[in-house]
Amino acid sequence: MPDLWTEPVGVDTLTDTPPRNGRRLFTALMGDRSARLGLWTVVLVILAALTAPLVAVLVGHGATEQFRETALDASGIPVGPSSTFWLGADGEGRDVLVRTLYGTRISLLVGIPATTLAMVIGTIVGVASGLTGGIFDRVTGQMIDMVLSFPFIVTALSLLALNRGPDGQPVVSPLVVVIVIIAAFTWTYFARLSRGLTVTLRSRPFVDAAVTLGAKRRWILFQEVLPNVLPVVVVYWAVQLPASIVAEATLSFLGVGIQAPTPSLGNMIADAQRTSLYQVQPWYLLGPAIALFVIVLGFNAFSSGLRNVLDPKGR
Amino acid sequence: MLRHVTQLLTRSVTTLVLVLLAAFALTRIAYRDPATMLAPRNAGQEGIDAVARALRLDDPWYLQLKHYLFRGPDIQGAPMGLVNWPPALGYSFRQNTPVTELILSKVPVTASLALGALVIWMTLSLVFGVEAARREGTAIDHGLSALAYVALSLPTFLTGMLLSYFLFFTLSTHGIYLFPSSGYVPLTENPFEWARHLLLPWLTLAIAEIGIFQRVVRGSMLEVLGTDFIRTARAKGLSEQVVHYRHALKAALNPVITLGGLELAVIMGGAIVTETIFGLDGVGRLAVNAALEGDFPVVIGTTVFAAAVFVTCSFIVDIATKLREPLRT
Repeated sequence: MPDLWTEPVGVDTLTDTPPRNGRRLFTALMGDRSARLGLWTVVLVILAALTAPLVAVLVGHGATEQFRETALDASGIPVGPSSTFWLGADGEGRDVLVRTLYGTRISLLVGIPATTLAMVIGTIVGVASGLTGGIFDRVTGQMIDMVLSFPFIVTALSLLALNRGPDGQPVVSPLVVVIVIIAAFTWTYFARLSRGLTVTLRSRPFVDAAVTLGAKRRWILFQEVLPNVLPVVVVYWAVQLPASIVAEATLSFLGVGIQAPTPSLGNMIADAQRTSLYQVQPWYLLGPAIALFVIVLGFNAFSSGLRNVLDPKGR
Repeated sequence: MLRHVTQLLTRSVTTLVLVLLAAFALTRIAYRDPATMLAPRNAGQEGIDAVARALRLDDPWYLQLKHYLFRGPDIQGAPMGLVNWPPALGYSFRQNTPVTELILSKVPVTASLALGALVIWMTLSLVFGVEAARREGTAIDHGLSALAYVALSLPTFLTGMLLSYFLFFTLSTHGIYLFPSSGYVPLTENPFEWARHLLLPWLTLAIAEIGIFQRVVRGSMLEVLGTDFIRTARAKGLSEQVVHYRHALKAALNPVITLGGLELAVIMGGAIVTETIFGLDGVGRLAVNAALEGDFPVVIGTTVFAAAVFVTCSFIVDIATKLREPLRT
């Protein structure tokens, strides 16, 4: 669910001098405990997602391949961790480790584009309405109000129903639909943030000065507004990313996101719960659960550290 | 103030109307062959035709919308439109019940869930937040913020599953039946059983919220603690306890109220995940099942209901924080 809690990064960021150059930013990040922890976790998660096919080859199990003879015992109970199945198997005799790694991949493949799309749309709308003001500003404000009061999951369900073709097969890939749904709800936060920043910037002396000097709108947009809005928006992207990842996992958990047999951390956890087999093979649940927790924790820690570094006055 | 209230009211009502229109459009576009989907399961062609007639499904969309708003399907002579008396949000042919009635019957469950969780999360967040701000930089502060991170990073469905695994399944294998795994007992029937059935769902919701609110309370407290007004309170010789909990907390409460109202509104509109995991028959489950089955009068109804709760809560929160403004230093 898109969250309502993350407070927009303060405009104060603009007046401070955050470390702009890359190396100094990195040093500052390494000095912040939360950022350091987060950064390492994020690197680990990305590596895990990248090496998924490698691990699959190494252990010789594909993500959707079933090994009913070796992975399930006589009564159909999946085996626990062993030298062939490092995290054991699931109810269908598939390798939990390989599926968890591929699920991590899906989390990033949905979360990153969804948040980025939301950022692009939100920033364009926010900056435009902040600069133009008037009726356009009011209309977008009203639209944002509407989107915010729409219940997320029910809307997502209706949109997924819309995606079902006459033969019951999805028209476009569910991956794309999930990305679009998450972005459709998340852009509002970016729009609010960037509109607020733009309005504040517009009344700043340096923008006034530019206007007095006869600067064109385009100049004000590209030289005065965007360079100051973008860094804040990018930090907020990092704040919003874990929320998007959770949103995908939740949709998949409820059975309306990424569909089996494609592994997603959400639908793996749902499988474990539905079959109750995790009660005998706990790694069936723990594998994807720990992975999801670590991903979200890592990104949360990183983004919060990033905020600490860039906005020392904030929390 | 009056001008502010009127503006806010206009905006809220516009939002609701837009949500209604969008929900109507979305469901009409999303569901193909609605008459068949909406008719009772074993209905023959006649039943399907009757549904199509009752909803005027053969008319162009604007006439359908007009019919939906101003008349609605006649059920035993009673119109089920929004602009009739009593106002209704249509009729579920699947469940043979007016949508409004259906939603209202589920509200007690969701409201119990939301309000109980609110009490737990607010109490704990206020105490944790104030104590963390009071001891800024100490081990306790770091410990509390680490806890907040963990709580924040646990998706609700995971918290719910872990709680029901450890506090229900593991305990019950040892013969201890502290909590039921699911179900709901009305408060009026048996208050003790009501609380016992809701405790795990409350905790599930509260844990996620504590992760957010502890940090908000702490941040807001730190801001207030640096102001002159607190220095004055200390100079008057008030005890630290009074300074923190009476003076500072009161002034630091505004962001907590704003956020609390909105979070409460979201949960009240249907705590889908928690309701699903703990088998609570609330508004959220009603909405999801309706969306899955394509019972779109219920989908529109629950969407409008959730939006109405959200809009009302934000309205109240806005007024409340405005009224508190003189308290702000």
